[in-house]
Amino acid sequence: MSDVIIFKIDGVEVSAKPGQTIMNAADEAGIYIPRLCDVEGLEPQGSCRVCTVKVNGRTAAACTQPAAPGMVVENDTLEIRNCRRDIVRMLFHEGNHLCPCCEASGRCELQALGYRLGILQPDKYPYLQPVRPVDASHPDIMLDTNRCIRCGRCIRASRHLDHKNVFGYIGRGIYKQVGVNGKNLAQTDVHVDDHAVAPGICPVGCIIQKRRGFYDPVGQRKFDVNPIGTEIEKHLKDAGGKK
Amino acid sequence: MKKKRISTISLAGCFGCHMSLLDIDERILELVKLVEFDRSPVNDLKRFKARCDIGFIEGGCCNEENVHTLRKFRRNCDVLVAVGQCAVMGGLPVMRNAIMHSDDPLRECLETAYLNSPYVYNPTNDIPNDPALPLILDKVYTCAEVVKMDYQIPGCPPSGDILWQAIVALLNGRPSDLPSEVIKFD
Repeated sequence: MSDVIIFKIDGVEVSAKPGQTIMNAADEAGIYIPRLCDVEGLEPQGSCRVCTVKVNGRTAAACTQPAAPGMVVENDTLEIRNCRRDIVRMLFHEGNHLCPCCEASGRCELQALGYRLGILQPDKYPYLQPVRPVDASHPDIMLDTNRCIRCGRCIRASRHLDHKNVFGYIGRGIYKQVGVNGKNLAQTDVHVDDHAVAPGICPVGCIIQKRRGFYDPVGQRKFDVNPIGTEIEKHLKDAGGKK
Repeated sequence: MKKKRISTISLAGCFGCHMSLLDIDERILELVKLVEFDRSPVNDLKRFKARCDIGFIEGGCCNEENVHTLRKFRRNCDVLVAVGQCAVMGGLPVMRNAIMHSDDPLRECLETAYLNSPYVYNPTNDIPNDPALPLILDKVYTCAEVVKMDYQIPGCPPSGDILWQAIVALLNGRPSDLPSEVIKFD
């Protein structure tokens, strides 16, 4: 078995090491595949489906699908872009995402993907406007589940990095939500320095560290400076420049 | 080229999007060469004078007057554009749809606003109920839930640049194909 797997993403030849996923290989090659539930340092879960690509004509999640020799991957096609835009739209419509008054605005990955995928036309989906609780019991951390997209990043970070199991899923289907291991957040052993509550783990504004709201001025926030995906694509430009 | 007729209105909004229209700065001189304003807070016209080509709607619908006005705009405008987050998805007023947890959410909303909030000074203990006030709706509706909207411009408020680009695209009859750099939801 050879050590290098060669396959194609949108006609561009990409190499991967055995065991790497399509997403890993694409990142290294400077091809950005949008994602929400996957983040560097955590095991992929494949639940948000924003990274959906077509592998030899069949849809698969790029964050969990291992690279295989000779596979033909479609990433930036009209069909896939429309599919991703609809997934992101549905996430917006399912929760209560009020960008104008959210602390995470400007560093929110859901919002940044909305920009990148171009949500500009009037929507075909109804706004569900669910009634969801806010847990402000903890002195340093706040949980606003109105903004939760159930990506499970806090759950995996708490389990695998902090070894605490503070967060977990409750319920199934449309009723699935993220809950805490206790009556409320104050009664768990979560600490403000935990990986699970660090900025960058929660892609939206669900887990908020108190007394840190709006710390970056408008225009200097994470995705104001570098729109989502450009860091990975910049990598390609740099590599191309060196060649 | 015949001047296009434009009308604008603010429903359950804060007039911020209208203020943002002024941020197109000196391009407003260009704009008045291309368009004529019909019913709009800009010229304080309260009724339509003629059929309009484009209608810009700021804000969603929180009372019955908003719904009547929006329907009038739909009847009188060829193209209707939702401007700003309030018109697109309800914006801040829509918070009352989700945060009220009782079986009688409208009553709870009014009582919180006029009676129970810690900073309310209301010695007569009345909730405003004058016949002149438009009836408040059970919840806040987005424009697209009430009438068909043709386009939307997100932002809180949309910047002068994105408004200008959208107006130019609409005047040229192109569907507004705006670059992702100018899209903002906040």
